[in-house]
Amino acid sequence: MNQIYTLRVNGDDREVRDAWVGESLLYVLRERLGLMGSKGACEQGECGSCSVLVDDELVCGCLVLAASATGQQIVTIEGIAPVGIPSDVQQAFVDAGAVQCGFCTPGLIMATHALLDRSPEPTEYEIREELSGNVCRCTGYGRIIDAVQRVSVSRRAAAEVTS
Amino acid sequence: MSVTVAYTLDDALESLAADPSAIVLAGGTDLMVALNSGHRRADAIVCVKRVSELRSWRHDPDAGTLRIGAAMTYSELMDDPLAGFAPALAQAARTVGSPQIRNAATIGGNIGTASPAGDGLPVLSALEAVVHVASTSGHRDVAFADFAIAPKRTVLQPGELITGVTIPVLSGFQGYSKVGVRNAMVIATASACLVVDPVGRSVRLALGSVGPLILRAPEAEAIASAAIDFEANTIGPAAIRAFGEAAGAAARPIDDHRSSAAYRRRAIEVLARRLITRACPSITGEPS
Amino acid sequence: MSPTVAAGAAVATGVLSGRLGDSPPRPDGVAKAQGSFEFSGDLTADGVLWGATLRSPHPYARIVSIDLSAAWKIAGVEAIVTAADVPGVPTYGLISQDQPVFAAEFVRFVGEPVAAVAADHPETCRRALQAIVVVYEVLEPLTDPERSLDGSFPPIHPDGNVFRQQRIVRGDTTLTGDVVVEAEYEIGMQDQAFLGLEAALAIPDPGGAGVELHVATQWLHEDQHQIAACLGLADSQVRLTLGGVGGAFGAREDISLQVHTCLLALRTGRPVRIAYSREESFLGHVHRHPARIWMRHHANTDGTIVKIEARFVLDGGAYASTSSAVLINAVTHTQGPYKCENAVVDGWAVRTNNLPCGAMRGFGVVQACFAHEGQMDRLAEACGLDPVEIRLRNAMETGDRLITGQVIENVAPVARCIRETAALPLPDEPVGGRDGDPMRLPGGAGLTADRSHIRRGIGWGVGIKNLMYSEGFDDFATARCTLLDGVVSLKFATSEVGQGFVTIAAQIARSVLGVDDVVLEPIDTTIGSAGSTSASRQTWMSGGAVDGACRLVREQLFAHVGAIHGVEPLRLGIDGRDVIDTMGELRVSVADAAHGITFQETFEHHHRPTEELDENGQGSCHTAFAFVAHRAVVDVDPDLGLVKVVQIATAQDVGRALNPLSVLGQIEGGIAQGVGLAVMEEIIQIDGRVRNANFTDYLLPTMLDMPDVVVSLIEEPDPMAPLGAKGVGEPPCISSTPAVVAAIRDAIGKALTRVPVRPSDIVF
Repeated sequence: MNQIYTLRVNGDDREVRDAWVGESLLYVLRERLGLMGSKGACEQGECGSCSVLVDDELVCGCLVLAASATGQQIVTIEGIAPVGIPSDVQQAFVDAGAVQCGFCTPGLIMATHALLDRSPEPTEYEIREELSGNVCRCTGYGRIIDAVQRVSVSRRAAAEVTS
Repeated sequence: MSVTVAYTLDDALESLAADPSAIVLAGGTDLMVALNSGHRRADAIVCVKRVSELRSWRHDPDAGTLRIGAAMTYSELMDDPLAGFAPALAQAARTVGSPQIRNAATIGGNIGTASPAGDGLPVLSALEAVVHVASTSGHRDVAFADFAIAPKRTVLQPGELITGVTIPVLSGFQGYSKVGVRNAMVIATASACLVVDPVGRSVRLALGSVGPLILRAPEAEAIASAAIDFEANTIGPAAIRAFGEAAGAAARPIDDHRSSAAYRRRAIEVLARRLITRACPSITGEPS
Repeated sequence: MSPTVAAGAAVATGVLSGRLGDSPPRPDGVAKAQGSFEFSGDLTADGVLWGATLRSPHPYARIVSIDLSAAWKIAGVEAIVTAADVPGVPTYGLISQDQPVFAAEFVRFVGEPVAAVAADHPETCRRALQAIVVVYEVLEPLTDPERSLDGSFPPIHPDGNVFRQQRIVRGDTTLTGDVVVEAEYEIGMQDQAFLGLEAALAIPDPGGAGVELHVATQWLHEDQHQIAACLGLADSQVRLTLGGVGGAFGAREDISLQVHTCLLALRTGRPVRIAYSREESFLGHVHRHPARIWMRHHANTDGTIVKIEARFVLDGGAYASTSSAVLINAVTHTQGPYKCENAVVDGWAVRTNNLPCGAMRGFGVVQACFAHEGQMDRLAEACGLDPVEIRLRNAMETGDRLITGQVIENVAPVARCIRETAALPLPDEPVGGRDGDPMRLPGGAGLTADRSHIRRGIGWGVGIKNLMYSEGFDDFATARCTLLDGVVSLKFATSEVGQGFVTIAAQIARSVLGVDDVVLEPIDTTIGSAGSTSASRQTWMSGGAVDGACRLVREQLFAHVGAIHGVEPLRLGIDGRDVIDTMGELRVSVADAAHGITFQETFEHHHRPTEELDENGQGSCHTAFAFVAHRAVVDVDPDLGLVKVVQIATAQDVGRALNPLSVLGQIEGGIAQGVGLAVMEEIIQIDGRVRNANFTDYLLPTMLDMPDVVVSLIEEPDPMAPLGAKGVGEPPCISSTPAVVAAIRDAIGKALTRVPVRPSDIVF
């Protein structure tokens, strides 16, 4: 009934034992590996709170069968930056007022990193489309868009200084 | 219960042959919802999303066809080069769920789930796609129209796997429209795909979310085929109206919590008219 | 489990920051952005069991029998409890205790708890729930609220089918106007849909002497009181700590899983976690009341309102929750922010076998506002006036009376809200935008429309919202301030649900006491109640309490400094980080003023008393009021009924913006919920059965559905408010909904008397 498997999470090999094999990656990350940063709010891919990277693709952790992700590179919110040393995206969310209750925030941070890695200077509607899989119930999204734009601007400024 | 991650087609087919009751897992966007909610339990799962043969595509210029591996994702279908070969499929892809869903959801999964609301399916229907199926005992091709036999039921036999789909690469207009209440992450309340083949002088219209299966609208197709001036790429206003009405008449919608049958039928009429107008942007001078 | 959080690091520079009027970052912001903040669903403990709830599949049925034997045989099951196992009072409720902890004889809505299990894994719980055999005698459900009040349906509860009736009669009821407009309006059932699902962790005391509960809630002390009663324990034996709250919006004001979790923990002697699924959350908390509201407005030909007649029927669902208070809020806001001397209003909140309803952001006023704003547009049309002009002509001012006779004593800048909203720029982009991104059109990526199919409309909504509690409730909040060597610790039981009280509290302390470092102690029941985080009340109430406690500490500090330096304490003040003699030379930093001495004070802030309404609905029942105006611009596809809300402009009466960024966040977030109710959000029940208890079919606005929001803050500090600041959470979702609907009406010319507006309402 149970099988042992290994997941590569945030660069570390993590063995999963005694798991029911139907468990989602979200469940295994949270309940078996203690990585509580990914949140579950719908368990059907409609909210984006559990967004993680699997082999560099942004996906919903609740829709990944954990046992099927063996051999893949999994990055969670805990793998974005060390505790207490926020990434530029994380800091921008705080500074811009994009965080209220904060439940959607880790998922949005993951989606924003994925967006800006692929498209460093997104238009407003590109931001809206690329983050449309992440539902926020508190903010109305205005400050989130502002946070993303702040990072885009500051990264470009930093790139101009170094070049 | 066991989970098998297949990396080659042979691996996948052998696993399915060994346990024909095993459930095929591709992108997970349908199956995992059922597992998470406890609505479905699985004893064996064969994961095919990393099978290399299913992760490829091939354009055959001589045959004028595009073969798409079953595990290609909607994100991949949305962008070039595939979007250039199958523009309507790219349009449909952009309406699938969210970026996260499109990164996971596969075209093979969409075909296999066989929901009448499957976003890519009206395009495959209008393009008269061929679905490729394999098992350890061999391969077979099934016309898309024959593949689904009831909502969420297909001709797939135990041990069989969808390996890909082949569509024609056409030069004429193809367009997809989908109605939903929200601008992202929404299940279609009605959708339509129109394909105009100027070479074959044919018009094909497929409808989603307005029947137990993806529907074609043969009367509407006949009206448009007869009315379009394929040289000038024009159609008259009366024919547009007739085309819309015939499309609406082809719908077999129901009332449910998402919408009403009457609204869905009306939506199909409107989508059909707008699509044919996009296909033939200069209207002929026929009196309206 | 709830570590003490530092509310902003020390600022090494000479620049003061984080004071009132600034927008310092949230103290919990980085932890939330990094995923290290612990929400209630993230809490666990050694040896923890999972709990789960068996729920009724029927809207109305008699329980014939419950057979637990098969469930007990499942390995891993540690406890199963039903109504027979509730040791204390079998029912709970915020106002009247009519809701069973577990259904005993009857189930009255789909989703009503019947039993709960504790087991070693969620999957074991699921199997155990499936193994419990409940035999029901299914009864015909009462689902039509009109049948609840006309007496044609036998009582479905011993307390009857009407929660409350309230009449308001004022002035000359025989008057008629030169112009009369009337319509019936309908509001669908909205869900709060916070993202952080209900979750709790209960840890039993050894020997079962008590229990510690970590839970996401809006009001720790009220939970404590209700839980203790049901468990048959003293309040002091039930200790609550706030688990991180992932949004609330009213849905965490009532008991949901609290008693079940504690009961299972006490039964098993082990920690127990319960975490709801989304479906369970839809079934397990109260919702916004669906309502039918008829209104008839009489006016002079110049548009001046002469009299209003109205009838309200609110569907409260199966149990009382706060229905009676929601009804009073609805009927007492019938006139909206407009002068009116004569009125006859009848309102009912009734019981049905639909989902229970209670608090949601706006609390009855959302419903009233949708109706009165529809009426104002009808009146404008009948009088040949512009929607802005009719509202300005009737705009309420300080000193005007409500139809309850209550005088509006607050700052009431209604006309200013309207004028400043009107002055905000309209969208500078044409229909579809300049970049041609299809996402700018109704239908978005569905490519349903071309620009030529789209009609643009503009609509208005103006709102009034009462702040704090009403009808004689002695509402208060408690806070404790401790000052030692320039560092302040604040203690309160105020639920932080995302709104940002933790930020504001530190700002208050910095401003009053001239410090930079503020430490927030755990939010729990070891201090007096803070009241509920609802009714736009915490900035006023808990803010008042923190301000009061800090001021008392400042008096102590001044007394100490005065004694040391021989200065009359009344001459002392705070300047920056220093205590100064306002009439002399003395200047000493707060940090150095009293080395090693701890000053501590606790303060309870009470708002002024309110009155109950009499049988004619007369009485000063509300505490205070805030006002707001919204202008919506929408693009509509008339043939498909799809809507893209393009822009919302708003000017809101905030009193004083203590943290402008937080205020902006409340305004934008509230508008998102208002837009949702206008065009997509509705729990659909057919014969008492919910059809869309999930995020696939209960649609929330995404980033692609939210318009640009343009905001003007009206800052006229309210002398009645402790800090001059009015609550800002609710007004944004009061009149944004009618503004959007009015804009759709403007675009297509249909009456549209129901929200959410469905595509079919536009097409047919």
